[in-house]
Amino acid sequence: MNRKQGRSSLTKRSLDKFFKNRMAVVGAIFVILFVGACIFAPLITPYDPTRLVPPDRELPPSAEHWLGTDRVGRDIFARILYGGRMSILIGVSSAIGATALGTIFGCIAGFFGGKVDRVLVTIQEFVSIFPSTLLIMLIVPFVGRSVPMMIFIFIITSWGAPMRIIRGRILSLKEEPFIESCRANGISGMSIMFHHMMPNTLGPVIVNASLNVAGFILSEAGLSYIGLGVPETVPTWGNIINAAKRLDIIQNTPMLWVAPGVAIGVFVLAINFFGDGLRDALDPTTR
Amino acid sequence: MAEQDYILKVNDLKTYFKVGKKTVRAVNGVTFDVKRGKTLCIVGESGCGKSVSAHSVMQLLPVNGKIVDGSVELMTKDPETGEMRTIRLDQLPRSGKEMRQIRGKEIAMIFQDPMSSLNPVYTVGSQIMENLRNHEKISRKEGREKIIKLLAELGIPNPEIRYDQYPHEFSGGMKQRIMIAIAMICNPTMLIADEPTTALDVTIQAQILDLIRKMQREHGTSVILITHNMGIVAEIADEVAVMYMGRVVEFGTLKQIFTNPLHPYTKALMRSVPVLGMKKDEELATIEGSTPDASTVFNGCEFADRCEFATPECSKRFPVDTVMEDGHRVRCLLFEEGHPNAES
Repeated sequence: MNRKQGRSSLTKRSLDKFFKNRMAVVGAIFVILFVGACIFAPLITPYDPTRLVPPDRELPPSAEHWLGTDRVGRDIFARILYGGRMSILIGVSSAIGATALGTIFGCIAGFFGGKVDRVLVTIQEFVSIFPSTLLIMLIVPFVGRSVPMMIFIFIITSWGAPMRIIRGRILSLKEEPFIESCRANGISGMSIMFHHMMPNTLGPVIVNASLNVAGFILSEAGLSYIGLGVPETVPTWGNIINAAKRLDIIQNTPMLWVAPGVAIGVFVLAINFFGDGLRDALDPTTR
Repeated sequence: MAEQDYILKVNDLKTYFKVGKKTVRAVNGVTFDVKRGKTLCIVGESGCGKSVSAHSVMQLLPVNGKIVDGSVELMTKDPETGEMRTIRLDQLPRSGKEMRQIRGKEIAMIFQDPMSSLNPVYTVGSQIMENLRNHEKISRKEGREKIIKLLAELGIPNPEIRYDQYPHEFSGGMKQRIMIAIAMICNPTMLIADEPTTALDVTIQAQILDLIRKMQREHGTSVILITHNMGIVAEIADEVAVMYMGRVVEFGTLKQIFTNPLHPYTKALMRSVPVLGMKKDEELATIEGSTPDASTVFNGCEFADRCEFATPECSKRFPVDTVMEDGHRVRCLLFEEGHPNAES
């Protein structure tokens, strides 16, 4: 019993702090609700998001179709749930990929310093000034629209921020006595870098990653809206709104653009509050 | 046979740092040796090269620091044949495998600031375990038992519980005990303690020194203790090396240094330490002037400008080490043969 307490007190303190932040908790609840609803979509709605039912088209919200149907008779609620799957998947996997890439490069740059550092930082600067939207616009005509392509481009254009965070932390960690102590105990450079330094940098990077998820979901929605994102056959929140480019739809079937818009807005806000709460909870200086 | 009694011999070690275009001669011809199971104290004021000497032994210098001359010899037992052999530490590649095997296993080190010498994200137990399993083939279970035993030996209450706690749950003195545990877990032949008590309060200082002495007695470890505190020297040293401006100015046994200090710098140091029983209005002596900048180039004795016995000759040529009959070594012109004062 006692041992358990000793082990978890740091985690416990961070958790306590997180739970005191009401907005963060609300954010976390919404994130969990959305993710859960998207994962368990088949249990929540009986409709297939891609099946066309022409007789049922443009129905207003009812007990059968909670948010009504679109121009070809697909259930909007089902489309939002299944679309969320893809949107969240794109957001999360891009954020994980960008963070992993940034962490590796940041560790190497900060740890080795000198020439290695200069080269990596220059590459990072070059990549970061290049807007991902523009890159996608340039690539789409050649490779076509696909989800992996989009994730790939999100990753290679946005590993810069986590890399800079990690590099900065590693540079200051290098001067810490406990790193010198590791060297004095004959621990190898690789182990010092990844086993001793990296875990000490993860707090701010996790926060950065959680905020990135929101950013990528927005980017995906934006790109899909202008028709450069995910193929139209795959429902995503951005793709659903894409339909709302026509004036008659904006006037006659408001649910078609209000619902995914609200979903994006609420989810992105929730993630941001969650990320902010995480940052406050993990930040040792405000403890 | 006498050779065998030495664990470490440092001979004319020179470590220079490149700072911009300047070369800082942080350690400029240091010679000392450490006997088996004995404690050598290196004393001197800040910036005199005590820590750099110790770090040179371990090859833990920053990138701009380099050992340019001299030798560092460590006697170790060959793990296969069991024979004693000498390793030239200064010639091993800095971060090579051999050097890494010596660090933590043959020579362990504890540092000045226990508050930040432990990695905050791992439990103290796992950090001791890392050093243990890095150098010895031992199962986690056996290792845990061994570590808990050592923690108990070091006077840490509830070692089973403490094993799984994080560094922030320990006080400064307790953390320094953990540092000693990390250093001692592989039973090193030598322990280098770089001002191990400077960051601790006086009562804890005494406890930590007692522990170092206890470890030394029980495990037969040789100790190099770096300090600027004469009280600690008096308490723990067998031999003392007094350093000034990157050189050992005087080297002798504790008794020799304390009852018969020869070098004017040592004499001045002794006079500047408060002693119990001093008169109320008695003033402590100070050493005139201040330590010269580390990059200053000298033509003669570095201490000449501040020395009360200085002669004009002192600033013109370098003194050489003079060994007295009892092995007491001093680096001062006054004691060199042929000097008018030599017999004093």
